Amino acid sequence: MPFAQEIGAATIDTLAYVGELTRLTAGAARAVVIDPFRGRKVRYGRAVHQSMAVGVQAIPVVSLISFFVGLILALQAAYELRRLGALHLVAGTVALSMTRELGPLMTAVVVIGRSGSAFAAEIGTMKVNEEIDALETMALEPVHFLVAPKLVAMVLMMPCLTTWSDLMGVVGGGVFGVNSAGFTWHTYLQATLDAMVRRDIFIGLVKSVMFAIVITAVGCHEGFTTGLGSEQVGKSTTAAVVKSIFLCIVMDLVFTSIFYITAPR
Amino acid sequence: MAGELISKGEAAVERGAPAISVRDLRVKYGEREILHGINFDAPAGQTLVILGGSGSGKSTLLRTLVGLENPSSGSIWIRGKDFASMLESERDELRKKMGMSFQSGALFGSMTVAENVALPLREHTQLDQSTIDIMVRLKLNQVGLSGFENYMPAQLSGGMKKRAAIARALAMDPEILFFDEPSAGLDPIIAAGIDDLIVALKKAFHITILVVTHELASAFLIADRMILLIKGNIVADGTPDELRASMQPRVRQFLDRIPEKELTAEIDYLQMLTGEIPPERQ
Repeated sequence: MPFAQEIGAATIDTLAYVGELTRLTAGAARAVVIDPFRGRKVRYGRAVHQSMAVGVQAIPVVSLISFFVGLILALQAAYELRRLGALHLVAGTVALSMTRELGPLMTAVVVIGRSGSAFAAEIGTMKVNEEIDALETMALEPVHFLVAPKLVAMVLMMPCLTTWSDLMGVVGGGVFGVNSAGFTWHTYLQATLDAMVRRDIFIGLVKSVMFAIVITAVGCHEGFTTGLGSEQVGKSTTAAVVKSIFLCIVMDLVFTSIFYITAPR
Repeated sequence: MAGELISKGEAAVERGAPAISVRDLRVKYGEREILHGINFDAPAGQTLVILGGSGSGKSTLLRTLVGLENPSSGSIWIRGKDFASMLESERDELRKKMGMSFQSGALFGSMTVAENVALPLREHTQLDQSTIDIMVRLKLNQVGLSGFENYMPAQLSGGMKKRAAIARALAMDPEILFFDEPSAGLDPIIAAGIDDLIVALKKAFHITILVVTHELASAFLIADRMILLIKGNIVADGTPDELRASMQPRVRQFLDRIPEKELTAEIDYLQMLTGEIPPERQ
């Protein structure tokens, strides 16, 4: 019986955790969508500030990683396609893999490392320093004040970064295509566009928005649940990264499955 | 002084009438009860000091009074309403009339001193930026921090952090001001400066002030009334003179700084080890 009990307890814990994340996200979403109509202030300034931090400042590293991933994809695809004499399919393979899968996922991994961890560290430190308590005593709801601007920034910036990542991946693949597969830049880009349909980009962007929500919720939740002491902030930051990566991949699997099942034949 | 109004708010309070009334307040952390049915009144326009040692529950009491902890039973009457049982939105309205100075200061590390003080004004009022700037300078001047507007909290000394936190607590012109250990961690001269500031604030603005502390010298200097809290119970409630004159053993022990009595009889010690007498009875 103990084994069954353990499974039960783990299931309840997991559901409770997902429930907490949902509650946090719903609270932040309410602050953005409903509260402005009730005459409460929306913190656009903070959202812009966060957008700079999570979006604009991530462009260099997202560019570099996506470029390399595009190049790696091209090399790996060419390894197999060359034997079939289908080297011209490299462009399409890179484009579809980037837009549907690796663009959103690689962007998520970079954003988790840069921003998800920073959310946990920032809110965790604020909790340890009684700053969260101070917000509450000033009648400032911490979720509205801290989580809502982050959620807005993430939901706006992740699709932008993902689109940029797709583009850089295609450029990375193009470097291989032009140098080793007999393409010119013009024919490579034409082959890329021919291989893709609008749905491919849409799928990637839907995933990126879901990742944005997961990363924000997990990072902020880990911060709010930090124990006392600065050592705990470090633990929360690590937990935020590990849990975010895990949940993003689970989410990716779910959405990839849904899109596979609903794909037009 | 009876009849003089100290607030023009909807629920104006007469001087001498309680600004806060706590009735049978019990607070639990899980199964452990920290406060065992607390009753007291904080008179309006006066300074009430809650004295108590470490683990007496005084910080929990303060956190409950500002709504950071929820009582398991009992009521907290502030401006004629029960703070303990009201909705979060009503609490927030009341909180705008309350200021809290935390033990660590709890200044926002990512904002300058001026931005810290301006935050409640910016969030809760429609004032324009130039008015807010003037208000911030005024508040910083009141706590003796003129010229430190653009410093980051990390650049301030301990005493200056406390002053900046007090300026932030004063930002919304509160009717009630709470202090958690205002002089903890400060050298005697800086601590005396904070005490003077608390006295000056009460005189200048007729604010109701609640201070939680274990520093005796500071407590007797600033208090109009005092409460002594030991192990979650109030053992004394009166003016500083009344407490000084009290012959109650537990009051004397705290004021005269006598350490907990050791178990002298060997048989008691053996019984304590075997669990026959619970530790509270020692």
